[in-house]
Amino acid sequence: MKYLRFFLVGIFFGIVLTKAEVISWYRIYEMFRFESFHMYGVIGSAVVLGVIITRIIKKTGMKSVDGKPINIAPKPDTKIRPIIGGTIFGLGWALTGACPGPIYILIGNGFMVFTVVLASAVLGALVHGMISHKLPQG
Amino acid sequence: MTEPWPWYVAGPLISLVMFLMFYFGTRFGVSSTMETICSMGGADKLTDYFKVDWRSKAWNLVFVLGALVGGIIASQYMMSDVAIDLNDTTKASLISKGILNPGVNYLPDIFTWENLLTGQGLIFMVLGGFLVGFGTRYAGGCTSGHAISGLSDLQLPSLIAVIGFFIGGLLVTHLILPYIL
Repeated sequence: MKYLRFFLVGIFFGIVLTKAEVISWYRIYEMFRFESFHMYGVIGSAVVLGVIITRIIKKTGMKSVDGKPINIAPKPDTKIRPIIGGTIFGLGWALTGACPGPIYILIGNGFMVFTVVLASAVLGALVHGMISHKLPQG
Repeated sequence: MTEPWPWYVAGPLISLVMFLMFYFGTRFGVSSTMETICSMGGADKLTDYFKVDWRSKAWNLVFVLGALVGGIIASQYMMSDVAIDLNDTTKASLISKGILNPGVNYLPDIFTWENLLTGQGLIFMVLGGFLVGFGTRYAGGCTSGHAISGLSDLQLPSLIAVIGFFIGGLLVTHLILPYIL
């Protein structure tokens, strides 16, 4: 039952991204053409409120529902990985119109062909894991 | 509830999702589920990279399963027949490429089973998906982990990652899509 909370938050997340059209290929295409504020508004307002939430959690030493301190781990201090990896992801984001969350949510929306996109993404993660020791890690 | 939700509703609700994931003792990041699926499927036999206890990350698989169910609920009970209110220039560019009625559905007809094994389908779905999986894991996160959680924590690697997302996205949208749409 300890997993029920994550299932419910996931349902909420799936509804929000569907209703706000974030899962639409058209919205991503429009975003990369700078022809609509919609996606920038979604991400921008999420980050602005997110900064406030993150500050409050850290300043107040807020505890989780289980009574443990909330630990927000810093990202590994890298530059090469996020710029190269990020660019590779961006190529895929503009093609599929979907980042990882929306891939799952689109399947729920009945676009069953996105099971193939998910399988390809898992294969991409698998290949990354297999050659990770050969990639620059800075 | 059936009308599309504006950005100023959706953005704060996504922050709320991030907060709840912290409050429940975890974090908000979707792309790592793809590695967890690899570990669960036996990829630990291929390389030590996947030798992790996937059960300790099962909470995130439950989260994305919930997201999928959220997609079912929203599409079954909360949808209107209103087309996506796309910019007219965006629409015109798509119509000129033969994508009629842009925004009437969430996705263009590129994303169909019939189209999957054509050159276009392979590029948009199979190659696109591969790049998403490979890129997010090399970058160490996607839109949720880097763009939302990382920028909210003012993390420099996340800002670099988001710049990368846009370099890649702009390259494809402006230099490649005009030839393959």
